[in-house]
Amino acid sequence: MKVSVEATRQLIRLRGRSYVAFVFSPVVPIAGWLSDLDATLAGSPGFFVGKPVVLDLSAVDLSPLAITHLIKSIEARSVRVLGLEGVEPARLSIGMPPLLSGGRQCVVQEAEPEKPALREPNSLLLDVPVRSGQSIVFPDGDVTVLGAVSSGAEIVAGGSIHVYGALRGRAMAGVNGNASARIYCQKIEAELLAIDGYYQTAEQIDATLRGKPAQAMLDGNSMKIVPLN
Amino acid sequence: MAKVLVVTSGKGGVGKTTTTAALGAALAQAGEKVVVVDFDVGLRNLDLVLGAERRVVFDLINVVQGIAKLPQALIRDKRLENLWLLPASQTKDKDALTEEGVGRVIAELRKTFDWVLCDSPAGIERGAMLAMRYADEAVIVTNPEVSSVRDSDRIIGMLDSKTVRAENGERVEKHILITRYDPARAARGEMLSIDDVLEILATPLLGIVPESQDVLRASNVGCPVTLSNPSSTPARAYSDAMRRLLGEQIEMLVPAEPRGLMRLLRGRRAA
Repeated sequence: MKVSVEATRQLIRLRGRSYVAFVFSPVVPIAGWLSDLDATLAGSPGFFVGKPVVLDLSAVDLSPLAITHLIKSIEARSVRVLGLEGVEPARLSIGMPPLLSGGRQCVVQEAEPEKPALREPNSLLLDVPVRSGQSIVFPDGDVTVLGAVSSGAEIVAGGSIHVYGALRGRAMAGVNGNASARIYCQKIEAELLAIDGYYQTAEQIDATLRGKPAQAMLDGNSMKIVPLN
Repeated sequence: MAKVLVVTSGKGGVGKTTTTAALGAALAQAGEKVVVVDFDVGLRNLDLVLGAERRVVFDLINVVQGIAKLPQALIRDKRLENLWLLPASQTKDKDALTEEGVGRVIAELRKTFDWVLCDSPAGIERGAMLAMRYADEAVIVTNPEVSSVRDSDRIIGMLDSKTVRAENGERVEKHILITRYDPARAARGEMLSIDDVLEILATPLLGIVPESQDVLRASNVGCPVTLSNPSSTPARAYSDAMRRLLGEQIEMLVPAEPRGLMRLLRGRRAA
């Protein structure tokens, strides 16, 4: 038995599809237009990268050499020219982008360049005293207290802690592993100070600092409390 | 406009009940219509301090639970016709109080009285919470000692967050009343100074009531000190505090030990 496998040949099916392209329309003087283009690119760098750009030359009268030069100049700015428009075919040479026609106006969907999300200012301001039994937890940043932090109160901050008053309670700064966080207060009478897990209790805090303005910071693996002048 | 004033402290034994009775009586003497409400359910004392313990029939819990009508539970003082007492129950506990029920009673009292003085139990639990819940003003009774001051601080924090006023974004007007102030011990530096207390609590001062035998005697005979011995130093301190509550500007006097008494005490000790 003879088995013959006949390869079935499929016809290449051609499909049409239209795309939206940006159109550059250079005007004379070309040098001036190029510097305008530079200004636009500086405003939103990378905006045209990977986007199709068509060059409409109907407003200028350029020789083939000048067209080649213009395309090179544009490509030197990391913008790829996909096609040309508004120029007689005779002026084109091999190696140039193809001539396009029949383009229609359309609204370009402004794909806004991704702006970095506007970040909330990372601080919490309390303009009342923090009372005994209250716990202020703010893992996102600094905490500023205008007033005293009472004995039995607690402030937990991802960033630094600033107390414009007496600090009599507990202050824990840099709780998310932020070793550069600090604690500042106008009057140090704290029960406990902690930065990034390193702590000192009231007993360990230098008695000569008591009641004075001070700041606490990490120095390697130990906490340092120094007068604040 | 009726004012609901809570007398609170956090710590026990600092003089809340004495203060409620003394301020209540002083306000009534000044012509205000006053009701003092005992919130210390299960450990009631205000009736004793006011000398009304033998006339209690119905109490706050009965009214909250709808067993009795408010006028049935109110006891009128025999000496001051403007002073009324709503006693607490001694047999129930504080779980018998409901927020809604207390709110109803307070709202009803507001209609009849100029001042509703709520005597808070010690602690920060249900009884104390409900006593302060509907307050417009608060008197925080503090002894010049670290433990009392810290508890007062905690209570101030709760007044700023757990009251109806606080939840509506309004303020509960707060006053510090320093009681059991002992001028002799203060002079020896054995107590916190008035300045220290006020610095920690950052709240205006309503008055300073000295530690006194007169207060103890008044409690024992069931008569508020402002009534039993109006010329005594504590009575005058309470009366000044009352007038400040009514908005008068009165110079604050820090009690000092009378010289003669000092000598007398020293003499006794030496003997």
